[in-house]
Amino acid sequence: MTCKNQGLTIAEKILSHHYATGNTRVCRAGQSVVCHIDCAMATDGSAPMAIDYFHKMGGTKLRCPENIVIAMDHYAPPENPGTIALHDTIRTFTKQHGNVLYETGAGVGHQLMAERGHALPGNLVLGADSHAVAYGALNAFATGIGSSDMAAIMLTGKLWLTVPETIAIHLTGKLMPGVDAKDIALEIIRRLDPDFTACKVLEFRGEGIAALNLEQRMVLANMSTEAGAKAGVFEADETTFDYLCQQTGHRLTASPATADPDAGYAGVEEIDLSALEPLVAVPPRDAAAAEIVALKKYAGQKIDMVYLGTCTGGRISDFKKALEVIRKGGAKHPDVQLIITPASDRISDILATTGMWTEFINFGAIFMMPGCGACCGTCGRIPRDGEIVLSAANRNFSGRMGNAKADIYLASPEACAAAALSGRITDPRNILVPGFRAAS
Amino acid sequence: MSEITLGGRARLLPDHINTDYIISSRRKRLTIDPDILRQYLLEDYHAGYAATVQDNDILVAGKNFGCGSAMEVAVTVVLASGIRCVLAKSFARSYYRNAINNGLVPVMCDTSSICEGDILNVHSGAAALTVINQTRNIKIPGAELSPMMMDILIAGGLTGYLLEHGDFPDFDTPAAQ
Repeated sequence: MTCKNQGLTIAEKILSHHYATGNTRVCRAGQSVVCHIDCAMATDGSAPMAIDYFHKMGGTKLRCPENIVIAMDHYAPPENPGTIALHDTIRTFTKQHGNVLYETGAGVGHQLMAERGHALPGNLVLGADSHAVAYGALNAFATGIGSSDMAAIMLTGKLWLTVPETIAIHLTGKLMPGVDAKDIALEIIRRLDPDFTACKVLEFRGEGIAALNLEQRMVLANMSTEAGAKAGVFEADETTFDYLCQQTGHRLTASPATADPDAGYAGVEEIDLSALEPLVAVPPRDAAAAEIVALKKYAGQKIDMVYLGTCTGGRISDFKKALEVIRKGGAKHPDVQLIITPASDRISDILATTGMWTEFINFGAIFMMPGCGACCGTCGRIPRDGEIVLSAANRNFSGRMGNAKADIYLASPEACAAAALSGRITDPRNILVPGFRAAS
Repeated sequence: MSEITLGGRARLLPDHINTDYIISSRRKRLTIDPDILRQYLLEDYHAGYAATVQDNDILVAGKNFGCGSAMEVAVTVVLASGIRCVLAKSFARSYYRNAINNGLVPVMCDTSSICEGDILNVHSGAAALTVINQTRNIKIPGAELSPMMMDILIAGGLTGYLLEHGDFPDFDTPAAQ
């Protein structure tokens, strides 16, 4: 319970600044409020429905077209007449209303929101897709909404929200070689009870954050939704502003939101990064939640397809880490198919100009168009019945990649690279750390 | 409409029913029309589920109902199937929100005493929904909803709400105690 004079969390600060009913007022956890929205994004998966709702709501004009972004990422490329028609609906709407549109092949909407400057520190940014939480890495309050919510923002520029409670995730220490942001995210999901986390915000704090690059922070923010949280948010630091400057070409004057020293937290979780080891999320059985265990427990599990890509595992940092393992390990296992989906065309360009693209091709990787790819089974390489996948993406529900008869394991890009080499789940430290042998 | 009164047959579901179980993403590649998609309702959970649904059936789930993707067809397909109410021990936030915005009545309550086929009645009070299990003569209180959520639900969803009001009103409530 919060009292009247208690300090505010990052989430409470940002929502207070966007509170529609008065700019000097403060809103606190538990309150139901209407807020002004800085920017909202819909994908080709959610925009067609949002357009329908917008018309049904009587909408004829976007309140603020430059703050409405649509990204064609789930059907990249569209593979049947139905999805082509959905894309055409979006194009026609865009021509009429002047919203921002990212065409097929530009990348995953969440990555475009971050790298094209649509989500800035202190902003309230929503996305009609559950992984919109990713922009929390940039000190935005960001959460997933539905298509009807999107339509309401298109019409009014505002939305109803409940101010969430916050759980502090206190990170200390530094990651050891072979352990990556994905392992931190899986550790958080493993520890937190989703019933407790539901509707709360994860606020990442502590000196362990400084050593995490922005792309790694996006993995943590992105997967906060897998822990059941409403958002995952970081404070802004030099890393944040350097990233935004590098991506947008100019230094921003956004005002970041910081938590008050006496802010009220519903819980605190301490994580010593130096104590973490590689983890794996195993395929869920009978509609249970995914089990997350030490990766070494599944060492030797045969893998048919390795998937590196999308809004969790498809950024430069992920590809660099994977290549570190590949360079030390040699040749790809002949029975494994390695599928790569870069998170954006900009990331593809960097892969090409740095020679990483050629390195992956020479290794035997297959590149897909930037976008959501096979991650959610809406396009790309859908696994066959009984196929066993190791993926650097964020979700492994049964049927997630488009086939409920395939098994999906989730692990870090390093672990994915190790499996591409050996054809089996392999502790990446066996390859990266001289003399290391994980006890199973 | 100023209040909600619903009744129907309980259809039990386990914990962690995700939105891809409710409607597979591969189906919505072809169309987002819920009247077509309803034939695939819960097919990956139980093949042929859609054919077993009767009008006014009430889904009675365990924990974390509607987890995973925020796709709103996972709500509209349920409504198109003739189901107007979902009870669960807990809901994923995005599903709960989408349900309210479409007038699918979500009741967060202790569902453990409900059995398959029980006849349930659901009605709204000032700040919460209540379930009466007519078969077992048990009253089950639902979690509170904010006035905004209740108003949207009673308007039949966000579309009805905005058609009625034109915009969000200057609206807020005191912090929960």
